[in-house]
Amino acid sequence: MSKTMISYSSITKKIIMALAGLFLVSFLLVHLSINILVLFDDTFELFNQAGHFMVTNPVIQTIQWVLFFGFILHIILGVIIQIQNWLARPKRYDKKYPSEMSFFSKYMIHTGAIVFIFLIIHFANFFIKLKFGNVESITYESGTYDNMGQMVYNLFKDGAYVVFYIVALLLLGFHLDHGIQSAFQSLGLNHTVYTPVIKLIGRLLAIFITLGFIAIPLVIYFFK
Amino acid sequence: MTKLDAKIPQGPLAEKWTTYKQDLSPVNPANKRRLEIIVIGTGLAGASAAASFAELGFKVKAFTILDSPRRAHSIAAQGGINAAKNYPNDGDSIYRLFYDTIKGGDYRAREANVYRLAEVSNNIIDQCVAQGVPFAREYGGLLDNRSFGGALVSRTFYARGQTGQQLLLGAYSALSKEVGKGNVQMYNRRDMMELVIIDGRARGVIMRNLVTGELERYSAHAVVLATGGYGNVFFLSTNAMASNGSAIWKAYKKGAFFGNPAFTQIHPTCIPVKGDYQSKLTLMSESLRNDGRIWVPKHKEDAQKIRDGQLKPTEIPEDRRDYYLERRYPAFGNLVPRDVASRAAKERCDAGFGVGRTGLAVYLDFADAINRLGKQVIEARYGNLFQMYEKIVDENPYETPMMIYPAVHYTMGGLWVDYELQTTIPGLFAAGEANFSDHGANRLGASALMQGLADGYFILPYTIQSYLNDQIRVPFFKTDLPEFDQAENSTKATIDRLLSIKGKNTVDSYHRKLGLIMWDHVGMGRNKEGLEKAIRLIRELREDFWNNVRVPGKNEMVNPELEKALRVADFLELGELMAKDALQRKESCGGHFREEYQTEEGEALRDDENFSFVSAWEYKGADQEDVLHKEILEHEFLHVTQRSYK
Amino acid sequence: MDLTLKIWRQASANEKGQFINYPVTDISPDASFLEMLDILNEELVHKDEDPVAFDHDCREGICGACSLFINGRPHGPDKGITTCQMHMRHFKDGETIVIEPWRAKPFPVIKDLMVDRSAFDEIIQAGGFISVKTGGIPDANAIPIPKRVADIAMDAAACIGCGACVAACKNASAMLFVAAKVSQFARLPQGKVEARERVQNMVAKMDELGFGNCTNTYACEAECPKEISVSHIARMNSEFLISKLASQKK
Repeated sequence: MSKTMISYSSITKKIIMALAGLFLVSFLLVHLSINILVLFDDTFELFNQAGHFMVTNPVIQTIQWVLFFGFILHIILGVIIQIQNWLARPKRYDKKYPSEMSFFSKYMIHTGAIVFIFLIIHFANFFIKLKFGNVESITYESGTYDNMGQMVYNLFKDGAYVVFYIVALLLLGFHLDHGIQSAFQSLGLNHTVYTPVIKLIGRLLAIFITLGFIAIPLVIYFFK
Repeated sequence: MTKLDAKIPQGPLAEKWTTYKQDLSPVNPANKRRLEIIVIGTGLAGASAAASFAELGFKVKAFTILDSPRRAHSIAAQGGINAAKNYPNDGDSIYRLFYDTIKGGDYRAREANVYRLAEVSNNIIDQCVAQGVPFAREYGGLLDNRSFGGALVSRTFYARGQTGQQLLLGAYSALSKEVGKGNVQMYNRRDMMELVIIDGRARGVIMRNLVTGELERYSAHAVVLATGGYGNVFFLSTNAMASNGSAIWKAYKKGAFFGNPAFTQIHPTCIPVKGDYQSKLTLMSESLRNDGRIWVPKHKEDAQKIRDGQLKPTEIPEDRRDYYLERRYPAFGNLVPRDVASRAAKERCDAGFGVGRTGLAVYLDFADAINRLGKQVIEARYGNLFQMYEKIVDENPYETPMMIYPAVHYTMGGLWVDYELQTTIPGLFAAGEANFSDHGANRLGASALMQGLADGYFILPYTIQSYLNDQIRVPFFKTDLPEFDQAENSTKATIDRLLSIKGKNTVDSYHRKLGLIMWDHVGMGRNKEGLEKAIRLIRELREDFWNNVRVPGKNEMVNPELEKALRVADFLELGELMAKDALQRKESCGGHFREEYQTEEGEALRDDENFSFVSAWEYKGADQEDVLHKEILEHEFLHVTQRSYK
Repeated sequence: MDLTLKIWRQASANEKGQFINYPVTDISPDASFLEMLDILNEELVHKDEDPVAFDHDCREGICGACSLFINGRPHGPDKGITTCQMHMRHFKDGETIVIEPWRAKPFPVIKDLMVDRSAFDEIIQAGGFISVKTGGIPDANAIPIPKRVADIAMDAAACIGCGACVAACKNASAMLFVAAKVSQFARLPQGKVEARERVQNMVAKMDELGFGNCTNTYACEAECPKEISVSHIARMNSEFLISKLASQKK
């Protein structure tokens, strides 16, 4: 797949990056809305219920593969683009003034790479365990579910993990700050009136997602 | 004198070009592929000609001295391009454009050529719009016009203050299209060293590759020189650094006649000289005179205070200002032709009314226009020019008047060409500023772009066929002929000689000195004594140059000093011919002002009885005097009058 | 003003280059940057050293020949101008100025500060034109074009092809240059006819030449001497997308 992707036109790559990116943003929003449920009750009933729905619903299960594909696409393209970009300037400047008007655009590969590492750990912690490991189950009036809530709780009581989680999420936020508005530009949507609004919304969204995710371990670590 | 046949078609003026085209026997399409044309220069004339030739089916080799054809100095033209479209319904017509151009040129241009120019002017606008040139438009979506010096109608099309750029990019895109198709072979960073003549016809060139220094040979059935003007003989001019007269000078020395070398245009609105390190002068578009008012203080003491920095121009009240153009020329006011405006500025400054630190500047004031139209309108019209001024001078022209002074801008003279734009060497054509043809003794604003594109798009593609259609049996030339050897060897000898002098003075120091001689004696005001002195000084300087110039490095490398040295060597000869021509023309006309010949009011005094001719100079060899030929100008269709803009 | 110039010297494309420091003294703040280099070169000629090679021509900011990466920025510290319009008053007395050539794989160094930008010509040759031949053209006023559209086209057309966008871009991408031309023609009715082929051909050529990918950092717009907007890049992206979606097998 990556072989054909290298031959994609630069703009094709850009457009796919944008579409995949925006799709991943929508995933983040769904993910966040479910995560936040963990704070609602001490028995994690709501959260575990939602978790159960996500892993059993056939539609979600299908979309999961699309999501997986989206991640892979976004990552492989990101790496290809970066390598090509490095190759385009074999000799670097001795002195370079930061001319970039979108600050975090300079560090997309860096923030992206760290988010990617986080993703793998995150995957190992939750997803793999959930699929193949043995997670305790818990029974409520509504039924019996895997107690993912407890798992989350345990992890977020580990200070080191919380710090790592927060740092990764901040970097994700920086990634999104450039990424969201950038996707619109890549898709050819630039307008004297709407683009500043898009940029603002993009930034607010990045902040919202980041703070939302970060709030959960903080609340658990300090208040629960 | 018999050698000068302008080949003007018979018949009434308005039908000459039509008749010519009807009588022309074009080259058949299959044969066009077998004919090669070399085009030197990729400005408006060169790029448009190369593209048009290739579209017709000829094989074209195009050369530029720069790293890309898009950078030719046509790009710097700001104000606009004239055409007789009469879109504003103000009474314009082909005839009126013709009339204005002849009159603007002080009746020293060839009527048939100028009429043809006016005739094809309309096609140029159509062509450029079709190419995607974003001319300024009105709210209704139609093309906008503005007025320019020397005309009472608005006939100038423009694209902000970057008209030359847009037109050149149009021609460049047409050229690129043909390069992409393989019909034009494009050569960048090549400087023409020598013209190759075989059996009396122009058949090739020796080019120096500016990256490797290699001398390269190229052959063709015809050669077109579109290498621009030679204003850089003055060192300081509005021309680009690489603009030079070498190509046409080489052609001159190979037998092409040089037409009206003395006719130089001094542009009235340039940013004044600041220091001796200065390398070039920057033009402020003539279009500024549409809304700007030119003035100097009415009283010498005010002018003195301004020069000393004790007084600001904005502090001088209206009644202590002298709007000298409006005073002297009420009908045309600030929009008198360039030569008139330049001389008037010089006159005021020489009389002690000049402003600026040096006293060699006058004001161009937009306060009235800003009050009348608002800052926004002025910004839309001239924003980029104002910005340019501010960057250079560090003063805000919205708040304080601009300072301007005349500077060398354009050379009306150039290779003598006939109606077909062919020089006196068969197979050698000259287009655009490189030829002498259409502007007489003074060019009107926005006419250079018109002429360049007219020559390239609409005239040469026809006229060159009348030469080429008897060349169809001539096969492609090999470049190992003895004529090529000889041309290359002589170039090599010149280069070796320059490199071997290893003297103590830099090339630029000679160029500066030459420029000063030219400016002082062959500039805005000329007289017998000064011109004779100039000839003497130039000869001395030339002698000195060939003994004491220092050209570092070697030939086989990027060597800008060598490039400059080769050009200055030619300028040192060309400058002398300019002075000689100015000396023989014992009259004042257009940009050529002989102080001995002026009216009581200080206006130019023409002598139609004795000087209604094009001077065409013939080179006779290094140790012999150039010979003057005269092409008598017959004004069949226009009544010749004293030029008046009062 | 007295300055130290740290200049990249490289004898030719194939040789290794290095920085060399040159002191210059007594420079007028009113001199332009290139005039300052002229003064240095005069001195070097007198000292029998090789003068510094750099591209330049019109010296009024329109030909696009001058380049120079000055103190980390293409065309130096001031906004909206080229190197030749940059005056020494923008520098401090005693300052060290670092001068480098444009750095990009498709812009190889020819000598010192001079680079080969023919890649730009090749991109234009691939499609940066409207395929009309000379003559046989309808009247210029036959197609009315809204002033707003003509103005936007003109904004894009102001590009001087200097390459500052490529030089400034961390990815050495030529998107702003290509987009300026694509957008200019795509907006005008004359250019719409072949808009789809144009964008495909020009982008393909741009990629082939080895320019980097655009990552929307907008450094190009920040450093463009003609301040050409990245909105033209967006326009090219959408042109490209539409053209891709609409393209059919031949």
